[in-house]
Amino acid sequence: MGEVIVITSGKGGVGKTTTTANIGTGLAAQGKKVVLIDTDIGLRNLDVVMGLENRIVYDLVDVTQGNCRLKQALIKDKRFEGLFLLPAAQTKDKNAVSADDMKKLCEELREEFDYIIVDCPAGIEQGFKNAIAGADRAIVVTTPEVSAVRDADRIIGLLEANNLKRPKLVINRLRADMVKRGDMMNIDDMIDILAIELLGVVPEDEQIVISTNKGEPAVLDMNSQAGQAYRNITKRVMNQEVPLLNLDYETGIVKKLKRLLGLKG
Amino acid sequence: MIDFLRNILGKEAPRSKNIAKERLQLVLVHDRANISPHLLEDLKEDLIRVITNYMEIDENALEVQLNNDDQSVALVANIPVIKMKRDYQDLRA
Ligand SMILES: Nc1ncnc2c1ncn2[C@@H]1O[C@H](COP(=O)(O)OP(=O)(O)OP(=O)(O)O)[C@@H](O)[C@H]1O
Ligand SMILES: [Mg+2]
Repeated sequence: MGEVIVITSGKGGVGKTTTTANIGTGLAAQGKKVVLIDTDIGLRNLDVVMGLENRIVYDLVDVTQGNCRLKQALIKDKRFEGLFLLPAAQTKDKNAVSADDMKKLCEELREEFDYIIVDCPAGIEQGFKNAIAGADRAIVVTTPEVSAVRDADRIIGLLEANNLKRPKLVINRLRADMVKRGDMMNIDDMIDILAIELLGVVPEDEQIVISTNKGEPAVLDMNSQAGQAYRNITKRVMNQEVPLLNLDYETGIVKKLKRLLGLKG
Repeated sequence: MIDFLRNILGKEAPRSKNIAKERLQLVLVHDRANISPHLLEDLKEDLIRVITNYMEIDENALEVQLNNDDQSVALVANIPVIKMKRDYQDLRA
């Protein structure tokens, strides 16, 4: 039986879709059977980030409305046998999918796949409720900014109220140079404020833009720092212990982090 | 005050991440209080349980609220006392 993981954030544009594509591809690269679901109806993006936009025939709404069978709507990835995408509808009514539809869909996919990764739209409206409806666990993405962390806090509250206890945090777009000179909140600051467990930290990295241009997730790029961060996050999703990337902070912080993750000095 | 002293002593101003953290902590007190309508009810019940150990209060007239202004959040409780408990014994005495 597979596991359903939803990627959320509250604030838009902080890296949910990037994180979904990279964790999903990372898991597939580890030999897992994975399906990615884009629930951002009307603003579909996961297809282009994955480089699969030319292969779409059916979408999520077609599946829930019975216009096609689930199998027909799943798009096979170019690179990995076990990786599939269920794209969002681009033109249909945003309310065409209900929370119950999503629950049923996730139950069905669970039978076939090891991991079902759900990319959530920004906000806390129906799209968010749908995205979390069938999930077993949740990942919250934030950037080191006041507004993003604030919205992450709101989302954590909503997740917990909906029985998604103990969501884990991905801090995206961290800039070690700014943290060092005290102009960006550090990892401890954010963990302290949000009081949740850290899943990983992804540095600001232009390779993310380049890989998105090409439609090839950075997790496959052995030279990208963000790619390495996502490879580590992937392993942690699989419950393996991986030390945090050394992004060159003061050693005290790194030590504390390792302690947070249950790793020794 | 500390900032003021720092300035006098010619030390650098607080880094922007500290400002960010402080502002976040304050705004989250407001946010978290707003999104849990049950919190005050639970708090009320707990308060009643504790206070009735010491005095008899008018539970129906009890008022508890969070007062927000720009700078701070205060918990304000108005708890009418009916009478003190006669049988209270100061166990520490
Ligand atoms: N670590 C990073 N370094 C540099 N750029 C990044 C990083 N992470 C994300 N980005 C860029 O930020 C933008 C937003 O990312 P993404 O689309 O993943 O966010 P999102 O949370 O899914 O947005 P939305 O809320 O609109 O769905 C993209 O252009 C992406 O390339
Ligand atoms: Mg997105």
